[in-house]
Amino acid sequence: MSGHVVTVDRIACDGFGTCAQLLPERIILDEWGYPIIDPTPAKGTELQHAKRAVNACPRLALKLVKAPHEAPARAVARR
Amino acid sequence: MTTDAHHRLLGELIGADLARHVSTFGAMPGQPKVRRGHAGALVAEVERSGLAGRGGGWFPTGRKMSAVVAAAHSARKEPVVVVNAMEGEPAAAKDAVLVHRNPHLVLDGAVLAAQAIGASVVTVAAHRGGRSLGTLERAIAQRGGTDPVELRLVDGPDRYVASEESALAHLVGDGIALPVTTPPRVFQSGVRRRPTLLSNAETFAHLGLIARRGADWFRSVGDPTVPGTTLVTVGGAVASPGVLEVPTGTTVRQILGLAGGTTGSVNAAVTGGYGGAWVSAGEVVDLPWTPKGLAPAGGLPGAGVLVVLPEDSCGLVETARVVRWMAGQSAGQCGPCRFGLAAISADLDLLAAGKLKGSALDGLRMRLGIVPGRGACRHPDGAVRFAATALEVFGDEVQRHLSGHCSANRRQFVLPVPAGKATLPVARPGEEWR
Repeated sequence: MSGHVVTVDRIACDGFGTCAQLLPERIILDEWGYPIIDPTPAKGTELQHAKRAVNACPRLALKLVKAPHEAPARAVARR
Repeated sequence: MTTDAHHRLLGELIGADLARHVSTFGAMPGQPKVRRGHAGALVAEVERSGLAGRGGGWFPTGRKMSAVVAAAHSARKEPVVVVNAMEGEPAAAKDAVLVHRNPHLVLDGAVLAAQAIGASVVTVAAHRGGRSLGTLERAIAQRGGTDPVELRLVDGPDRYVASEESALAHLVGDGIALPVTTPPRVFQSGVRRRPTLLSNAETFAHLGLIARRGADWFRSVGDPTVPGTTLVTVGGAVASPGVLEVPTGTTVRQILGLAGGTTGSVNAAVTGGYGGAWVSAGEVVDLPWTPKGLAPAGGLPGAGVLVVLPEDSCGLVETARVVRWMAGQSAGQCGPCRFGLAAISADLDLLAAGKLKGSALDGLRMRLGIVPGRGACRHPDGAVRFAATALEVFGDEVQRHLSGHCSANRRQFVLPVPAGKATLPVARPGEEWR
């Protein structure tokens, strides 16, 4: 099974910080309390922890999306 | 050097005069109606022309049209067309000049594009209170509903992010000029979740000519990577600031020459806009005006902005002014942009005033590193690029400022920053419940 990447809806996110507590191996908070997320796919046990973090987000801002490739890919919208 | 041959869009001041427009450019070519989810012949012609979006992204317009058609096909929805004539960049005037001189060419391009992708509504967006709005209103009225698609006009608020594509689609669909989370991108799901062809006014004007004269004609001037002519707003230390039309690939030196040449010594320039990049004048002057061409100097054509900084100005002071304004223009929806840009702006204010401690410079660099890519839209990315390139281009000046000195002796500011206090929108959506 290919990995899943943790992403966040930046508009929905309010910086509660729950995700960084539940998934410290992938998420740290910046100085304003907003998540900085490791963009590489999560697998195995880590994926289970990631799911727990996604379900616990009080703003429902955290998501798991199927990684398109094995290579880390950060979705960047063009202007 | 004669430039008349390259004046495709700005050759004549036609204004909102339909008869004169038709006698100058010829009638708008007819197109057979396309079946839903299918592309008209014009889409292939635009792809072949190599037309790239002039709003800042320089993305191939034909490919964008095809993507909208494909999205419309799979979603079984009728696509829509949105013309971005908002001109959010304070240092840009190209869309206003284009609309003033040739509003019908912009409308032609949008109508033709709509027909080609199977859309039946075109919405033109311009800034509330701006001059383009009235000109477009008159031009649309003159056409008297004779177009094969419906033409609408909306006015948007005077806020930088209101011209960002997802914000504009949101404004047209729901009346709220705030960016939304992507994906889905606007071409897949934009105005009221319809696949949306959203492009800059200049892009549609070029399209209006491609439909009449063909892809080969369009490609006959300019750089092969992004052919045609392009509009550049030249400002700062030049003898005749204003909007020029030049073939893509024209060197910065030639562009400055067409603007009457520089006045005195210059050492740096802003390229692209306030979401663009500072470049060293010496590094950029012989480079061609295309996305690839300017890249070696760290520059980009973006929305066609070139502002030259006179040598006696302080680039750090100018940067601090612009970034403070850009921070205030954040929609305030995403934390890293709302708080990150404010913190970066505060650091830059201290640096510009010669009051930043050397140790705090590392903090500023760290913030510049972590904010990009962490907003729903690209607003923070652009503001950070502007700030980060300033620290590189004005590296020596940074050192001087850290020791409390500034080498500039000019008291007049160069970069235009709109007046008025920037404030966040009343309530952050989603926070009303608190």
